Amino acid sequence: MNVLVSRLVQAVMVAVLIGTATFVMMRSLPGDAAWRIAAGRYGYDRVDAASADAVRAELGLDGPTLPALVQWLGDLARFDFGTSLVTGQPVIKEIVHQLGATVSLALAALLLSLLIGPPLGILAGLRPGGALDRALLVASTGLKAAPQFLIALVLIVLVAVQLRWLPAAGHGEPRHFILPALTLALGLSAVNARIARDAMARIADMPYWRFAQWKGLSERQTLLRHGLRGVSVPLVTYLGLQFVTLVEGVIIVESIFGWPGIGHALVHAIFSRDVPMVQGTALMLGLGFVLINAAIDLAVNRLDPRTAS
Amino acid sequence: MNVIRSFIATTAVAALVAGAGLAQTGETLDVAAQYEIQGPEPSTSGYIFTRMGISETLVNADADGQLTRGLAIEWSVSDDGLTWDFTLREGVTFHDGTAMDAATVVNALEIARGKPGPLADLPITGITAGDGSVEIALSEPLAALPAFLAEFRAQILAPASYGADGSGTDIIGTGPYRITAMEPPLSLDATAYEGYWGDMPQIAEVTYSGVSRVETRALMAESGEAEFVFGLDPASVTRLGGLDTVDVLSVAIPRTLLMKVNAGHPFLAKPEARRALSLAIDRAGIAAAVLRYPEGADQLFPPSVAGWHSDEIAPLGYDVAQAQQILADLGWEAGSDGILARDGERFALTLTTYPDRPELPLVAAVLEQQFRTIGVELTINTTNSSEIPSGHQDGSLELALIARNFSLVPDPIGTVMSDYVGNGDWGAMNWQNEQFATLVRGIARGEGDDGDRAQAAAILQDELPIIPIAWYQQTLAVLDRVEGAEIDPFERSFGLQDMRWAE
Repeated sequence: MNVLVSRLVQAVMVAVLIGTATFVMMRSLPGDAAWRIAAGRYGYDRVDAASADAVRAELGLDGPTLPALVQWLGDLARFDFGTSLVTGQPVIKEIVHQLGATVSLALAALLLSLLIGPPLGILAGLRPGGALDRALLVASTGLKAAPQFLIALVLIVLVAVQLRWLPAAGHGEPRHFILPALTLALGLSAVNARIARDAMARIADMPYWRFAQWKGLSERQTLLRHGLRGVSVPLVTYLGLQFVTLVEGVIIVESIFGWPGIGHALVHAIFSRDVPMVQGTALMLGLGFVLINAAIDLAVNRLDPRTAS
Repeated sequence: MNVIRSFIATTAVAALVAGAGLAQTGETLDVAAQYEIQGPEPSTSGYIFTRMGISETLVNADADGQLTRGLAIEWSVSDDGLTWDFTLREGVTFHDGTAMDAATVVNALEIARGKPGPLADLPITGITAGDGSVEIALSEPLAALPAFLAEFRAQILAPASYGADGSGTDIIGTGPYRITAMEPPLSLDATAYEGYWGDMPQIAEVTYSGVSRVETRALMAESGEAEFVFGLDPASVTRLGGLDTVDVLSVAIPRTLLMKVNAGHPFLAKPEARRALSLAIDRAGIAAAVLRYPEGADQLFPPSVAGWHSDEIAPLGYDVAQAQQILADLGWEAGSDGILARDGERFALTLTTYPDRPELPLVAAVLEQQFRTIGVELTINTTNSSEIPSGHQDGSLELALIARNFSLVPDPIGTVMSDYVGNGDWGAMNWQNEQFATLVRGIARGEGDDGDRAQAAAILQDELPIIPIAWYQQTLAVLDRVEGAEIDPFERSFGLQDMRWAE
């Protein structure tokens, strides 16, 4: 229970800090916001003084900073995120739409990475120094070092263009998930394979592991009864950190694969000075961190009761 | 090794799940282009709806820029040039089933006129509904008015498309396709509208995807994911051109890559100085190496802008020695670092450009090299496109590299008026020419002929308030399972209603 209360306090602090920080940063960017918003709305062929003046008059952008910030925080307390300066749609509506796309992509990627990384890591950890272990070290170092846009393009060229198995880009059907999710998953599993491998190697060296085998359990039984839980603790803990990698990757992967998610929205909102959209998306990502870390705390407490005390 | 066996099983299941998605989609024509849908608002994203054949305008334009019938079947102007009468097509219904009549057209035009755009700047005093016709009253003659009504922001939508304040809430047009689903910013689905007044489209189901990265769009054509891919970069054109399954179409469009010059800047105030910069530009080299076009621009207007393009005027050339001589005559001398100086000031300028069109920063980098050979130092500032009109307004802009479209309104007079007679944000800066202004105002009233247009173009060539560099080509890729695709040089339509599946 304590965990939840402290995380709740943390969530409120994160909301206020992120809202204020994005607000101050957007205000202190060089260039006139009305011009940037007009360019975002009307495009480079049509942005001119008349459209910038129309935007300025419509949005009242010349007001002082502090009252505008206080009003935003007040609106936030009533769960009102405001409307997008570019599209005129409520921010919450756009975020819910985009967050849904991102969360489904992130979950698919996470699931896929858990299918790829830990099983390989556990196999490698059972035979440290073996052929699989050495191959895995090379593969995961390479994948971790390769930038995600490179992995994405290689996958598109290989799977979509050469083999023609999957679409190069798009959104809406299950098959559209596979390439972007795989791009993200390869980066994630490069790390969680190593973590699973190290944890497994450490556990396989423990006296209780040897005792389990001595008493007659097969390797499979030893792993299921005495290995998996131990391996899962560092893996789950590390998921919280992998969320950072995921958010970072989502921004790149979404723009390459034409995925209508929150990373894509954030980049566009920053370019066109859409302050409410930037605040809303940044807030969602910040709260996402808190939520995931709270969930991980709870999960680790269950997996390893020693940490609860 | 049971563990290994279960791992292999898991992988196999994952591969099967992946394989289940491999079946080809049904007979839907997928369009991919760079434009994102802002929302159901004709003043911002209207060009996507007109190009997709969802909404229509009173007047259309053919491939030569000649105005043709749209939702209006004929138009006439009174002798004093102040009253225009547009006869509306009969039997036209909106996608919600309601009839298009004079009152709905007036409503749509009045809402469009209240938003920023070309209609807002016209000398219109009133729009009234007649019997099957619409009358537009002007305070001064405007021969190009029908062309303005062909612009996408003048599209005619049903009254139910607008909220109480005039903002767009839904796109209920009259076109051959009606929207079945729209998910801003990236996708739109449409189906053939059974109540369309013209020929029914042969391909019933179409989709639109906004894909901002050109590499991804090209790969979508290469992998067969999208049948119609709009806006390719030079590298993709080369690669897609070598494939059997894809046809690459290309057409010269009325858009020019040009350098906007602050003619009020002390270094650039004399036309000779601007001519020297122009002579230092190797247009053929830029066209061949960066844009992969057959030729550069030797005047502002491309050959497709009938009347304004003139074979009579002396073409812009490339002559470094002459450029150096002109600058020497203007009192510039090379300093120790090779950069020219005069009265203790170095010939150093900032060139502003924007990355929305990927070729612009590349061309800017080439210009930096070419200007260095005549001793002019460029600093490239690649930034938001709005920095150019705002720098124009506050006078801080020095040079800008831009792509200017002369067919936002199918008649270039609209762009020429705003850019070179008025204080157009994307046109001449601190440059005025009485003779030019008189000619262009006459053409706008409908009094000028092609001789006047050529004369006006010659003045621009002589004075160089802007320095033309290249004429654009629009390119698109169509899969060979689609027939009948054509590319519209005025970028008004994707032409989906005229396409059909190959036998």
